[in-house]
Amino acid sequence: MSATRFRVLPRNTQPHAASINWNQRFDKLFTIALFTIPGFSIFLTFLLIPITLTARYSLYEWKGFGDLTSENYAGLGNYQRLYEHDVFHQAVEHTFIIMGLSLLIQLPLALGLALLVGRGELPGRRFFRTLLFIPYVFSEVITALIWQYVYHPRNGLANYTFEKIIPGFESIPWLGEREYVLYAIFAVLTWKFFGFHMLLYMAGLQSIPKDLEEAARIDGAGEWNVLRFVTLPLMGSTIRLTVFLSILGSFQQFVIVNVMTNGGPFYASEVMGTYLYKFGIQRFNLGYGSAIAVVLFFTTLIFSILYQRFVMRAEQEIAR
Amino acid sequence: MKKKLAAILTLTFVVALLISSGVVSAQDKVTINWWHINTNTAERDFWDKVAQDYMAANPNIEIEITVLENEAFKTRLVTVMQANDPPDLFQSWGGGVLWEFARAGLLRNIAPELEANNSEWKNSFAAQAALDLFSLDGEYYGVPWTWGAVGIFYNKALFAEAGLDPENPPATWEEFLAAVQQLKDAGITPISVGELEKWPGHFWWVYLAIRLGGEEAFLNAYNREGAFTDEPFVQAGEYLNQLIELEPFQEGHLAMGYGDAAGMMGRGEAAMELMGQWSPGTQRFFCDCEGLGEDLGWFPFPDVPEGAGDAADVLGGGDGFAVGKNAPDETIDFLRYITSVDVQAAAADVWVVPVVKGAETAIADDPILMKIIEARNNAPYFQLYYDQFLPPAVGQTVNDAVEALFTRAASPEEAAALIEEAASFEMD
Repeated sequence: MSATRFRVLPRNTQPHAASINWNQRFDKLFTIALFTIPGFSIFLTFLLIPITLTARYSLYEWKGFGDLTSENYAGLGNYQRLYEHDVFHQAVEHTFIIMGLSLLIQLPLALGLALLVGRGELPGRRFFRTLLFIPYVFSEVITALIWQYVYHPRNGLANYTFEKIIPGFESIPWLGEREYVLYAIFAVLTWKFFGFHMLLYMAGLQSIPKDLEEAARIDGAGEWNVLRFVTLPLMGSTIRLTVFLSILGSFQQFVIVNVMTNGGPFYASEVMGTYLYKFGIQRFNLGYGSAIAVVLFFTTLIFSILYQRFVMRAEQEIAR
Repeated sequence: MKKKLAAILTLTFVVALLISSGVVSAQDKVTINWWHINTNTAERDFWDKVAQDYMAANPNIEIEITVLENEAFKTRLVTVMQANDPPDLFQSWGGGVLWEFARAGLLRNIAPELEANNSEWKNSFAAQAALDLFSLDGEYYGVPWTWGAVGIFYNKALFAEAGLDPENPPATWEEFLAAVQQLKDAGITPISVGELEKWPGHFWWVYLAIRLGGEEAFLNAYNREGAFTDEPFVQAGEYLNQLIELEPFQEGHLAMGYGDAAGMMGRGEAAMELMGQWSPGTQRFFCDCEGLGEDLGWFPFPDVPEGAGDAADVLGGGDGFAVGKNAPDETIDFLRYITSVDVQAAAADVWVVPVVKGAETAIADDPILMKIIEARNNAPYFQLYYDQFLPPAVGQTVNDAVEALFTRAASPEEAAALIEEAASFEMD
């Protein structure tokens, strides 16, 4: 109502008001530009432009040097090759195995440990909290090198330990057997990353009001039921976040696999990251490598969008 | 006031002049960027000394050395090549990888300098086959500075222990298999191989392909008149399987790198190793001990009499330096200095198997290196390592295919088909 009444006033002084309006709008735009340009230029240089270039390279049979010419334009040929390459299928399969195992083993383990050391009265929990978090502090390369010694077929710690514990144990070349290698690597990934998830869970636990659990206990719920019906549902948002990070991490895994086995023996531990490096970069097929990168990019992008939209969104709705 | 201003102006002028003259003299100085991969202390120090000696004799030249570890070097080289900015002088093994750079116009042709004065520099090389690996279509892009042959290093003491004659190593594949069995029966690990890195294993398959098919089979497949699925390449897998069936390799060889495997040789934990000329030094380095000394022997890869190849055909390779497209003229002069008899002889004292005539006297007291040089110089057919000679994608596939044989994940036919698939895509 009042808005309509005021609208009369500017109409009388229209030319003047318009120019002010213009100036104000310009000022506003200028301010917006001033604040966004630094961020946007970084976004552009380090994200948009490289992604666009990669997408362009992926259409060429390109060695990585020399110009892109119409001669080596391959259309979607690189994508077709990728689709047909059985090593790529294996790499995708291994990526999903690692992902599945992470969700089924690594996260529950982290959650369990978080419940043990994140709160409660367990003696020495501060010490254990620190100890369990240490593996995450190491860089991935160092982790891989340490575990190479642990898995060493001749004098590695793993074989030595098993030989002492289990009589008649025959030493296993953990990284040299095609059947075991992926699981051996998964053990390393778990060792390295559960501390990170544990930390997130501990933070989640601390945000749960104690009264809710107390109330459940007073109502006669056992510890298991308190956990099942009070604690875990309240941890929902944290769990969804760790699932998200864990899946993205599986898509991106490269360093540990590359250092420990280089994808071998004979592609048995190849994941999407090492496949890209091996078939794209090491073999001087940057065009093909770009196609792999584009596929990897869209897989993670689509996954992220869907996950944010359906899983994370659901959570916001619940909160409302 | 005016005087002061004048003084300030003059001072500014003088300073500016001094600075600019400084810039000019810096520009007069030619800088050569040199990348090598000899991270080993003795070898690195040797190159430092070579550069310093050269700079002392040529004060207008500044040599900037970048030392990179092998794998880091390969990665970084590809990056600068993509950026169209190659180093002036850099490590190269010749062959397919170098030719790839040459075709992209990233290298400098040094044929005019090599062929000047009646090809004086060119003819100074004893290993012409090696030099040719740095050339494409009559142009030269670099030169070798150490070159050798792959052969079998063996532990004479372990041979004697197993009842084999240490002075009379096996000469044919059949004798070789028998010797492996005899070593195994004596409880000795016959062969150490670092198959985690794949290239040590690829020597076995490639040497068998050379013995079985000779130069002709390889050239046919390489020129795409034949294929890598041709008989000799499948047979190479079958012969290799005969060896693999005997389980001659150290336990866990699929998960052990070359360093680990070399250390075992050095400590006398395995009897044989199929390896290149650098092996004795690497064995000492990784066993962290004195090495085998007098007990270490060398013999050429066993003959396969039924094969088309000559028993004297050699698989080998070495190191060279290639010249980047933006290299100043002085780079080539420096490269020539590196391959002069004096520098080569001095380098031979440290680790190099010299490539120029007259420098081999420096290693006359080393029977193993002398045998290697003889094999290298007299080979009717000298084949560079496949993983360097072939286009990178094919070379890497050879390594993968041989690994498949080692892990028994593929049959000889499948392994050959895997290589042919990559070759037909890259080379047809």
